[in-house]
Amino acid sequence: MIPFEYVRATDVAGAVAAGAAPGAAYLAAGTNLLDLMKGGVARPTRLVDITRLPGLAAVERRDDGGVRIGALARNSDLAHDPAFAEAYPAVAEALLSGASAQLRNAATAAGNVMQRTRCAYFTDPGSACNKRRPGSGCDAIGGETRLHAILGWSEACIATHPSDFCVPLVALDAGVEIAGPAGTRLVPLESFHRLPGTTPERETVLEPGELITALVLPPEAAAFAGHSRYLKVRDRTSYAFAVVSAAAALRLEGGRIAEARLALGGVALKPWRSRDAEGLLAGRAPDAAAFREAADAALAGARPSGDNAFKIELSRRLAVRALTAAAAGTPARLPALPGSVLAPAPEAAHV
Amino acid sequence: MSFDIVLTVNGTRRTIPIPDPRVTLLDLLRESLHLTGAKKGCDRGQCGACTVLVDGRRINSCLALAASLDGAEILTIEGLAEGDRLHPVQEAFITHDGFQCGFCTPGQIMSAVGLIREAQAGDDPERVREAMSGNLCRCGAYAGITEAVLEAQKALSQNAPTTRQGEAA
Repeated sequence: MIPFEYVRATDVAGAVAAGAAPGAAYLAAGTNLLDLMKGGVARPTRLVDITRLPGLAAVERRDDGGVRIGALARNSDLAHDPAFAEAYPAVAEALLSGASAQLRNAATAAGNVMQRTRCAYFTDPGSACNKRRPGSGCDAIGGETRLHAILGWSEACIATHPSDFCVPLVALDAGVEIAGPAGTRLVPLESFHRLPGTTPERETVLEPGELITALVLPPEAAAFAGHSRYLKVRDRTSYAFAVVSAAAALRLEGGRIAEARLALGGVALKPWRSRDAEGLLAGRAPDAAAFREAADAALAGARPSGDNAFKIELSRRLAVRALTAAAAGTPARLPALPGSVLAPAPEAAHV
Repeated sequence: MSFDIVLTVNGTRRTIPIPDPRVTLLDLLRESLHLTGAKKGCDRGQCGACTVLVDGRRINSCLALAASLDGAEILTIEGLAEGDRLHPVQEAFITHDGFQCGFCTPGQIMSAVGLIREAQAGDDPERVREAMSGNLCRCGAYAGITEAVLEAQKALSQNAPTTRQGEAA
């Protein structure tokens, strides 16, 4: 870890001013950032500690029925907030399917959105990586690509975004509230992360100094509470990143799908929402044929970036399974192994 | 840039100089305070051997910047027993052979204390295993660890009933 200047921010304006300097990075829990700094992957020369910014840890219900998740809300606090988990069960399930209890106790909501890819070539300073060092090449291409992208990748970068939390959030139309030198703006989570293209070093739409202050779920998001699931295929049942994950949410009316939401994780450099799949499901009966058509649509543009063609069919099958589980109803209590495709879930109706 | 922080460590309030902002809570505990119970296993948040409670919550002390925790209350394995009287979780680990070489044990025990405080697992061994998945044991004492956590939780609930947090999640 290289030496850095430690700055403790006391208000958002001060944080933004301190964070706009070249080489500055924001520090919340640091569960990802410190790890990358120890490995020489992240090399900030100034850390702006935002953990004491007032009011940013709150989860606030809004009068319009939406919810504002403070940037500093801890993963475990959010997942175990009874009202939040009841209204957005797939978000709670995604949170609890990720990392370990210790990490969830520390890691923050905005930190989750800002976490870096776990591409082994990105985290190894000895490997070429266009994201870490623009123009140096990509050693992942032609390397070990089991966990790499099948959607939205480029010749410059085939990494994936590792978040579980972001997958149901993007399905539920979450917004990212950003404070910056020019004021506050709200960006849809769906367009917050950038696909790699020719500039994989530009990971998000954040400009220098800009700071996430909250994530916002619109009032409509709670309408899916009764039929929502997050499922995650991983190489071990707990404490592992997704090979592929899927968030499915349905609003059923009179035995038909009034509205569907579907997003995939572990497939691209951003949480991948499929509006094509959602459009196909609207008005259909919630049956296997409809779900398979939707899954086919979601993966229509997929192509392997290496030895990972298996992820395309795996993603289709997981999408079908998540939609099927969502149609069966949100479990009254989260399964013992959240997000697990191996766990037998007693599918009691949620509402 | 040297500065001081204040931590309450195992019940004692201390002013501690931070020689360099790069110091993690784990390094501060081990190198400055000579509390070597929390172990440096991987130093990257993967093994759980460094688990301590910060403001009552279990975290990986290797991934926490000490400077950022100014004012916090820290509980380490050294602060768990009352004199010669072991904490119920410590007792249960002995009763159920919840360890072999002992390297991961301080982290396992502090994680178990945190798990019981969180009150999310109930008496379901599967939920206990899931909630302990952030603590690796290379000796493979997992079966005993799970039994120990369940028994300690029962003992603690009988001795001092605590307010259970919502189980809706």
